[in-house]
Amino acid sequence: MMYGLCFLLFTIGLLCAVLKKNMVKIVIGIMIMEYAVNLFLIMLGFRFGGTAPIIDRSSLNLEGGLTQQFISASVDPLPQALVLTSIVIGLGTLALLVSICVRTYEKYGTFDITKIRRLQG
Amino acid sequence: MTVPLPVFVAIPLTAAFILPLFGDRYRGFATFFANVAALVLLALAITTIGQSYSYQVGRWSIPLGINMVLDGLSSLLLITIAVVSASAMLFSARYMEQYSAKSKYLSLFMLMTAGMNGVVLSGDIFNLFVFLEIASIASYALVGFGCEHEQLEASFKYAVLGSIASLFILFAIGLVYGNTGTLNMAYISQAIQTRGINNGLSFALAMFIAGFGLKAALVPFHAWLPDAHPAAPAPISAMLSGVLIKALGVYAIARLLFNVFGISEMISWVLIALGVLSMVVGVFLAVGQWDFKRLLAYHSISQMGYIVLGIGLGALILARGGSVVWASIAILGGLFHLVNHAVFKSLLFLTSGSIEMSTGTRQLKQLGGLSGVMPLTRANCAVASAAIAGVPPFNGFWSKLILVIAAVGTGFYTLAAVTVIVSLVTLISFLKVHRYIFLGELPDNLRQCRENKGTMFVAMAALAVLCLAMGLLVLVPSLKAGVLDPAVQVLIDGFAYSAKLLAGSN
Amino acid sequence: MKGMTIIVKTVGSWVKVLIFLFGIYIVLFGHLTPGGGFAGGVILACSYVLLLLAFGREFTEKNLSLGTASKIDCAGALLFIAIALAGFLYGSASFFYNFIQQQFLAGKDTALKLVSAGIIPLENIAIGLKVGASLFLVVLLLSVFRPEVSNNNKESKL
Repeated sequence: MMYGLCFLLFTIGLLCAVLKKNMVKIVIGIMIMEYAVNLFLIMLGFRFGGTAPIIDRSSLNLEGGLTQQFISASVDPLPQALVLTSIVIGLGTLALLVSICVRTYEKYGTFDITKIRRLQG
Repeated sequence: MTVPLPVFVAIPLTAAFILPLFGDRYRGFATFFANVAALVLLALAITTIGQSYSYQVGRWSIPLGINMVLDGLSSLLLITIAVVSASAMLFSARYMEQYSAKSKYLSLFMLMTAGMNGVVLSGDIFNLFVFLEIASIASYALVGFGCEHEQLEASFKYAVLGSIASLFILFAIGLVYGNTGTLNMAYISQAIQTRGINNGLSFALAMFIAGFGLKAALVPFHAWLPDAHPAAPAPISAMLSGVLIKALGVYAIARLLFNVFGISEMISWVLIALGVLSMVVGVFLAVGQWDFKRLLAYHSISQMGYIVLGIGLGALILARGGSVVWASIAILGGLFHLVNHAVFKSLLFLTSGSIEMSTGTRQLKQLGGLSGVMPLTRANCAVASAAIAGVPPFNGFWSKLILVIAAVGTGFYTLAAVTVIVSLVTLISFLKVHRYIFLGELPDNLRQCRENKGTMFVAMAALAVLCLAMGLLVLVPSLKAGVLDPAVQVLIDGFAYSAKLLAGSN
Repeated sequence: MKGMTIIVKTVGSWVKVLIFLFGIYIVLFGHLTPGGGFAGGVILACSYVLLLLAFGREFTEKNLSLGTASKIDCAGALLFIAIALAGFLYGSASFFYNFIQQQFLAGKDTALKLVSAGIIPLENIAIGLKVGASLFLVVLLLSVFRPEVSNNNKESKL
């Protein structure tokens, strides 16, 4: 059910990016889609009643390995690494899209995509 | 000698971060350095012919670590990327003098090459996504490089549609991880072989085809290409149309479909439908264009349809349990057309850049009679147009012939007929291009145009020689067995990719 | 771009140093606590963005100029790749290999200490430099606004 709600958020972002006419709102729609995907990725690793996957003294056993209690209680750390990478990529895309918006406003004076349409066919 | 695979990514990345330090005063030296890097990559790529091995990054063995895999298909694409990027880099030595910030352009170009090399060498599905994003974001920035009105609009449209496609792909990767518990492509393939495809995985496959199909500009998802490719500077149009849509789109679809998920009849029909739709829509929209680069961009859509048709036909034959020989012929046609299209389409875009640099325009109605003023460009353009239209003995003829033979031999006569008709309409539109640009009256304002000699001509001539010589890749059996057959074999073998990797690591 | 009032400037100059220090802590302890290169780099960039907002553009450019930030950016990335390529000293199958941990620190009890985990803190520092400089450059360059448009639009409407 929670995954379905993530997909609903993804669809809302997609509708916003496709239907809006203001460039900044299109960029916000793409960012909503990106948050939805990151939320979906983190929820994949979730475990009810789990703990954060941070190692401290109590989770190391005598030989230096991890205790069984830690392994069975912690959430999956791999999707968290995926989400970190994805957030960085989203930041790069956002910086590029916003700088295109700023340059377009400098040249056209408007953010409306129906007014900047000069490419036909 | 086996080259450690990360150097294909490390060399362009290092070059990309050294080049901005040169600044504007030393841009001659920056250009030289970038060209040397591109030629080194070409030499290293050629040494990978016929080899097949995997590299564990950081000495962590899979599935804990990330590996990079080189096999026949990756080797073929590495060589294609290296050839096109070396010639585009040589061309941009003089072409990009019209723009300021040349060292930043070279840095972005190297980043795009690093991303593409990473995509074809990756053995891990999330690593493929990260390199795909590196190449895509670099290309969004390069399309809008001139910062004029139409370039900003084209770059915004391309960036929005490309980001949506990447988010579809990331969502699908999440679904695959949730259903199989691993990110390594060999282990995902093993999980699918033992447990089969459930609803989550088939939804993920549909999202993969939508996302990678948009990157490959197949027809329902092609809306960004006719705006983005003309607006980019000419060497970037050559790279985008020549290798980016193939390495990021077609390679990823082929790898996921044949080696990871396994082919089924429904997916093969989807691919064939997308291919036929792209061929027909692309060529009929191209004939009516009056802007040279926009016409070439629509032809890119049409030729991508050929490649996807070949691969889809091979998949359909395998899924129905038909003869492996005919499936190999169909996939050989598709992959050979991929390599050919990279060469002749980049040559066409480079000639359009040469014409634009000399005359200042790319509208067909404002050009004319350039055959006397620019004979070298005319010769290169004639070679490339003959290649794309499928005139023997250029390379386009051989790959289209193989596709038609595969379609006729397996009983799909309508597909063969559509292929031939689209090829004829392509010939018509390129005859129109030649009549309007090179024949006819020279307008008065173009009388003092000069020919472009020097590095630009060398880059174009190298690609033209390849157009002539690449027919030998299928005619000479030893070349075919060395270069093209390993690539076809990787796709035909399907699940043997994962079996070989898992056996090799144990 | 102008700065803000004297109260904001005074407090901002004190707080900027604390934020910068916090960013360095997040970068250095990235292998022990959550954080690491990217998160620490963002905090380092935010400290300079605070300067940009409180004092204005000219002061910030005198403090850390565009050219210097660009060079720190490239230097961070090159340091990352250099450490990864240094693995090749131990054989050709060792790109990005944690040679400090395996060759020099293996067998010693270094769990949960600051000097542990080999190349990971060094890579965190490189990424922190790169991300901090990049984000600062992005915000600084987006704050420059050169409208060239108002005359053209009015004439076309007439």
